[in-house]
Amino acid sequence: MAGIDHAPPPFFKRGPAPLALLTFYLAFSLALFVVDLRMQSLGLLRQTVALIVDPVQRVAQMPGSLVDHALAYLRGLDDMREDNMRLKQAQLLTAPNLQRLEHLEAENERLRRLLAVNEREKAHGQVAQIMYTTRDPFSRRIIIDKGQQSGIVAGQPAIDEAGVVGQVTRVFPFSAEITLITDKDQAVPVQIVRSGQRSVVFGLGNGQLELRYIPANADVQVGDLLVTSGLDGIFLPGFPVARVTKVERDSAFAFARIAAAPLAGVENFAEVMVLAPRQELPPPPPQAPSRKSSNVAPAKKARSK
Amino acid sequence: MMQPTFTSSRILLPVRPWFIVASLLFALLGNLLPTAYWPGIPDWVALLLCFWSIREPRRVGMGWAFALGLAMDVADGAVLGQHCFAYVLLAYMAAAQSRRILWFPVAQQALQILPLLLGSQVLQLLMRLVAGGDFPGWGYLIGPVLGALLWIPGTFLLLLPQYQPVERDENRPL
Repeated sequence: MAGIDHAPPPFFKRGPAPLALLTFYLAFSLALFVVDLRMQSLGLLRQTVALIVDPVQRVAQMPGSLVDHALAYLRGLDDMREDNMRLKQAQLLTAPNLQRLEHLEAENERLRRLLAVNEREKAHGQVAQIMYTTRDPFSRRIIIDKGQQSGIVAGQPAIDEAGVVGQVTRVFPFSAEITLITDKDQAVPVQIVRSGQRSVVFGLGNGQLELRYIPANADVQVGDLLVTSGLDGIFLPGFPVARVTKVERDSAFAFARIAAAPLAGVENFAEVMVLAPRQELPPPPPQAPSRKSSNVAPAKKARSK
Repeated sequence: MMQPTFTSSRILLPVRPWFIVASLLFALLGNLLPTAYWPGIPDWVALLLCFWSIREPRRVGMGWAFALGLAMDVADGAVLGQHCFAYVLLAYMAAAQSRRILWFPVAQQALQILPLLLGSQVLQLLMRLVAGGDFPGWGYLIGPVLGALLWIPGTFLLLLPQYQPVERDENRPL
C-alpha cells in the first residue's frame, strides 16, 4: 500500500496546491474579519495599507476635479463676477450681525465670569476637502483630504455651513474617514430648541434620522429644530443637526416615533470644517477613594481649566 | 491588421506581465472614482481579477486577490477581510473553471462569469448582514450583471496587445 501512495515527482514547480492556498487565504480573511469586527485592534494594519493606497486615491480624485475646473472655466467670467457681487452684498448684510456677535460674545464672557460660570468654548478648526464617498453601500462615510499630518484625531466633529455633518472615526496619515450622522446607529446628543428637551438622535442608514426614547406624550412638533446639546463632550452645544419631519404617536408603544431630516448637506457637499477637539471635561467624581484616582483627578482638572 | 475575433484557434502573443499589473491598478483606480451614488457600477477589481484568473491562472491568483481585497477594504471603509474573502474565493473559482470557460465563445463566457461575480457580491452582502448591516437594496446586485455584460467588450480590449498581425507567409506553416 505504501508503495502505491508515492506520487510521481512534479514536472513543473507550481507552489502549494490551490486548495491549500485557498484554505490559508480564506482562514486569514475570516480572522481579519472577526478581529476587525469584534476587537477593532487592526488600526496599524489599516493605516499601513491606507498609506499604500493613498496615491491611487489622489489620482482617482483627479478626473472629478478636472471636470469641476472645466465647468468653472466654462461658466465664464460674468457668472463669477455676479457671484462675487452677490457674496459681497451678503457679507455686507451680515456684517452688522457679525460685529455685534463679537460684542455679544465679549459681553457674554464678562457676564459669565461675573456669575462664576465657566467660559463657553469657542469653535475653531480646519477646513478639509471631501475626496470621495466610500463605495461601501452598508455605511455612510466620506473620506477627507486631511489626516494625521494635519493633526486630525478620531472623534473630532465635522460641520458644514448649515449644521453637523458627522464625526471623524478613523484617521490615516494623509486622510481621515468621517462617519455621517445618517450612518446606521450613529448617535448625536441633541436638544429641542423650542422646548429644551434633551434626547439622542440616531442615523437610520437611509439618509434619515430618528429621535429615540422620547415619551409618547412629550412636547415635540413637526418642524422643531434639533441642535447639539454638548452633553457628550464631543460636539459643542448649539450646532443645528436636524429638523423634525414626522411625529407618530401610538399608545401601544411607550415611545413616540419621531423622524427627522438632517439640516447639513450631509450627502452632497464639497468641503467640511473639522472642529478642534473640545477641552477635556473634568472627570466624574471618584466613587471609592483610592490612591490612583486621587492622584489623577487634580492633574486633569488643572489641565482642563 | 487586427481581427476582432475570439475563436480559440487564434494564436495570441504571450501577455506582458506589466500589462496585467497596470490593468489591475487601473481597476483599483476605477473603484476609487467618486461613483458611489450611481447604482449598478460594477466592481472593476472583481471583474479584472476574474478576467486574469481565467486567462492567466499561473500569473494572477489568490495572492493578488488577497492584496487587492485588502486595499479595497481599507479604501472603502469596509470591514477588513470582507473583500479579501470574496476576491480570494472568486479567483479560486475562476482559475478552477478557466479551462472550461475559455472553450466557449465570448458571449457564452459572459454567461458563465455572471454567477461568479454575482456569487462574490452576494457573499459580501451576507458577510455584512451577519455583521449587523442593513440590506442596501436590490441595486447592489445590478453591478455584477453589468460587469458580466462588460465581459464582451472587456475581453476584446484587454486582449488587444496580444493579437498578432495576420500576415500571409507562404514559407510559414502557421
